Amino acid sequence: MKTVEKERIALEFKEKMDYDELLNCMRCGFCLPSCPTYIESGMDESQSPRGRIAMMKAVVDGEIEPDEDVKRSLDLCLGCRACEPVCPSGVRYGHLLEQARDIINQNKKSSIPEKAVRGIVFNNLFPHQNRMVAATNLLGFYQRSGLQKVARKSGFMNFFPESLRTMEKVLPPVPIKKELKNRPNHLPALQRQKKKVAFFSGCLMDTMFMKTNDATMKLLQYAGCEIVIPDTQNCCGALHGHSGEREKSKEMAKRNIEAFEHVGADYIITNAGGCGAFLVDYDYLLKDDPTWSERAKEFSGKIKDITSILVELDFEKENLQLQEQFVTYQDSCHLKNGQKTFMEPRKLLQSIQGVTYVEMKDASRCCGSAGIYNIVESEMSMQILDYKMEQAKKTKAKTIVTANPGCLLQMKLGIEREGLSDTMRAVHIVDFLLEAYDKNNK
Amino acid sequence: MLEEHLKKVLQSIVGHENYQDSKTSLLSYSYDATPGFQSFPDAVVSPRNKQEVAEIVMLCNQHNIPIVPRGSGTNLSAGTTPLYGGIVLLMKHFNKILEIDEENLTVRTQPGVVTQTLIEAIEDKGFFYPPDPSSMKISQIGGNINENSGGLRGLKYGVTRDYVMGLEVVLPNGEIIKTGGKLAKDVAGYDLTRLFVGSEGTLGIVTEATLKLIPKPETKQTMLVLYQNLDAAARSVSAIIANRIIPATLEFLDQPTLRAVEDFAQIGLPTNVKAVLIIEQDGPKTVVEHDMIKIANICKENEAVEVTLAKSNEEAEALTTARRAALSALARLRPTTILEDATVPRSEIAKMVSAIEEIAERNQVTICTFGHAGDGNLHPTCLTDIRDKEEMARVEKAFEEIFHKAIELGGTITGEHGVGAMKLPYLHLKVGKAGLDLMRNIKLAFDPNNIMNPGKVFAELDKKRVVVQK
Repeated sequence: MKTVEKERIALEFKEKMDYDELLNCMRCGFCLPSCPTYIESGMDESQSPRGRIAMMKAVVDGEIEPDEDVKRSLDLCLGCRACEPVCPSGVRYGHLLEQARDIINQNKKSSIPEKAVRGIVFNNLFPHQNRMVAATNLLGFYQRSGLQKVARKSGFMNFFPESLRTMEKVLPPVPIKKELKNRPNHLPALQRQKKKVAFFSGCLMDTMFMKTNDATMKLLQYAGCEIVIPDTQNCCGALHGHSGEREKSKEMAKRNIEAFEHVGADYIITNAGGCGAFLVDYDYLLKDDPTWSERAKEFSGKIKDITSILVELDFEKENLQLQEQFVTYQDSCHLKNGQKTFMEPRKLLQSIQGVTYVEMKDASRCCGSAGIYNIVESEMSMQILDYKMEQAKKTKAKTIVTANPGCLLQMKLGIEREGLSDTMRAVHIVDFLLEAYDKNNK
Repeated sequence: MLEEHLKKVLQSIVGHENYQDSKTSLLSYSYDATPGFQSFPDAVVSPRNKQEVAEIVMLCNQHNIPIVPRGSGTNLSAGTTPLYGGIVLLMKHFNKILEIDEENLTVRTQPGVVTQTLIEAIEDKGFFYPPDPSSMKISQIGGNINENSGGLRGLKYGVTRDYVMGLEVVLPNGEIIKTGGKLAKDVAGYDLTRLFVGSEGTLGIVTEATLKLIPKPETKQTMLVLYQNLDAAARSVSAIIANRIIPATLEFLDQPTLRAVEDFAQIGLPTNVKAVLIIEQDGPKTVVEHDMIKIANICKENEAVEVTLAKSNEEAEALTTARRAALSALARLRPTTILEDATVPRSEIAKMVSAIEEIAERNQVTICTFGHAGDGNLHPTCLTDIRDKEEMARVEKAFEEIFHKAIELGGTITGEHGVGAMKLPYLHLKVGKAGLDLMRNIKLAFDPNNIMNPGKVFAELDKKRVVVQK
């Protein structure tokens, strides 16, 4: 890093970091055992939440420079926020991390290729749902045209790192162009109507994981929800927010608030823990913007995960059944630590006849997916995944259930890497629940 | 920074990967859990075995480089802050439990094992290791030994000291000695084991410990008792013990602490009462039941407004876990939390509680109190802001008065957190000049060059810096 960059970053740390929040960390260390990178680094304090907060504070206090090591430590953080629920002082680490990353990224000159990739991903792709559709179509073409086979056979894929290579294998077959274009805006309840909800369809969920979105809406209908799906909504902005592109994420937040504020829904439903935790935090994101802060608060107050509303509407009392099997659940970090939803998925799974639910050791520890972490920090991510798979194997589960697309892909990746694809599968909880519902109700 | 040639030697001893001196690494080991203390070391070194420890120590002794042994850094008396720079000696590679001896009821362990991990391992085999500091999920056995840590079960079972039977220690001259052993009796010479326990890293480096185990109690019951009057809660504590009942745990929390803890734990603690006691008894079922009834009656006689028994293990666990979070939970309320652990004889607990209230009021500072009431060991915790110099001066004064009061009641300036750097200006209050001189001479006999954790336990007596120090 250049000296002038470091100086600029240090200055902005002084101006922008929330110093009260930094002081709120009293360094008791209660967060240490919850931190995956602290554990995997062999108890390296500089890879712990306490260490990272101390670093941020030391930069503000002028005790250290924001050098490559500081950046490295912050980059290596998964952002899983497992440190938050165990922090008795209530330090909002996720906010501090986002502030720090934003300052560093906005002031550090990226290398030209990194800049190009960031530009495409953050400005040109995710904020535009039509382009997400186009990109998914391209992937679909790749998968269906035979190109995928050629790429794998020719050894072309060997040019990519191992995790990316395996990832390419586990991507779900994407829907065809026509399906992607004809998304509904409104769906009636298929039981006595209990609630009117709005569905947050998400960028990735409504393209690559469209089937899971369809299943989510089916479940909501069966549970007695009328659904509206505003078509002016866009990506939640989490990827931007977590990667130091805060301003961009604010724009996206505003568009979403506008899209949902007049539909008259009791709740706004999400089925991706990562999106949900960011949506629920819009009020924090926009707290300093007087024209938006109140509207953001109202929006955030309505966010609910699909598993949470299903439990609220007693869906677990429906006749749910599947063939006899052991099942385990991998928490979505942001669903648990951001939205405090972790009992509901377990409750739903336990209510399925035929399912023997086995809790995995450290089920709430991050799987190493963490947005794009598994691609940019492949080595640490795979180390974390190896531990996770060890625990998963011990449960003897046939199915690993997840509640977030990133976790789902990572678990699929883990299964593939372990060579277990014949005996184990990973599914999103809504797909699993719909399977269980359909067995006796269709 | 260490001189280049010393750095090279250290790297050749422990390997490059176990030698860190980047600015961020040094920062990461510049603090522990004590507010207001921070000081950069020159290097962070992680030896892999005791021979490497000995080599490092000899090198440091020769070149007068300070050594601060460190576990997880949860210390509350600034005992692990490298005030004079030098080397932070990380014990992270010493993380193995070596032997659980079921015939001799002992466990042999390396010091870098996390307390909770050790407890789980021996409980799996039906044993019990009682010392349970609030940081047990993070703290390491080596740290517990060096600080002589207490915990929630101290009342009936004692503290770390009561469970250390033998040690392997690297002395400041590089020699390796073994003290004690798996022996129920051993009077061969001075009791060096006890001397090392609680020595705060100033005498040597523990590389192995033999700890005493006891059979796991058959059952346990946990009770929550509510009071609308602080004094009544404190009187109950003395009354229980005066009635010849020794509960395993007898913890006290005042209302502000309760509110902060409930804010974090959300387990339905009552926040509309002035104080609570958390009482636990373990042992054979009939004895436990009998004791709990007696305790409940004593509490009611002493103005308890409600007595409830935990209905399940989970409920009991939630209560004690919440109690362990008290200090950190209080940090929610103000930017800085400074806690002390002045301790008085059990019979004086009520007097101490009211004295703390009065001192807080007189100095216009906010002090919340919780702690191991049954041990006479309170944790008056001051909520303040380190940026406010004027308030900090009042905090300093209040603590000084608390120390004096504790001594006056026949107590001590620290029950379980150690003197470290934080309380060294007050050590003379407890041990007197002659006592201090003797301790200093013992220290010099072990460590003539004062390389082991310098600046802890002893310093110039007129230098006051409990909290106003960076």
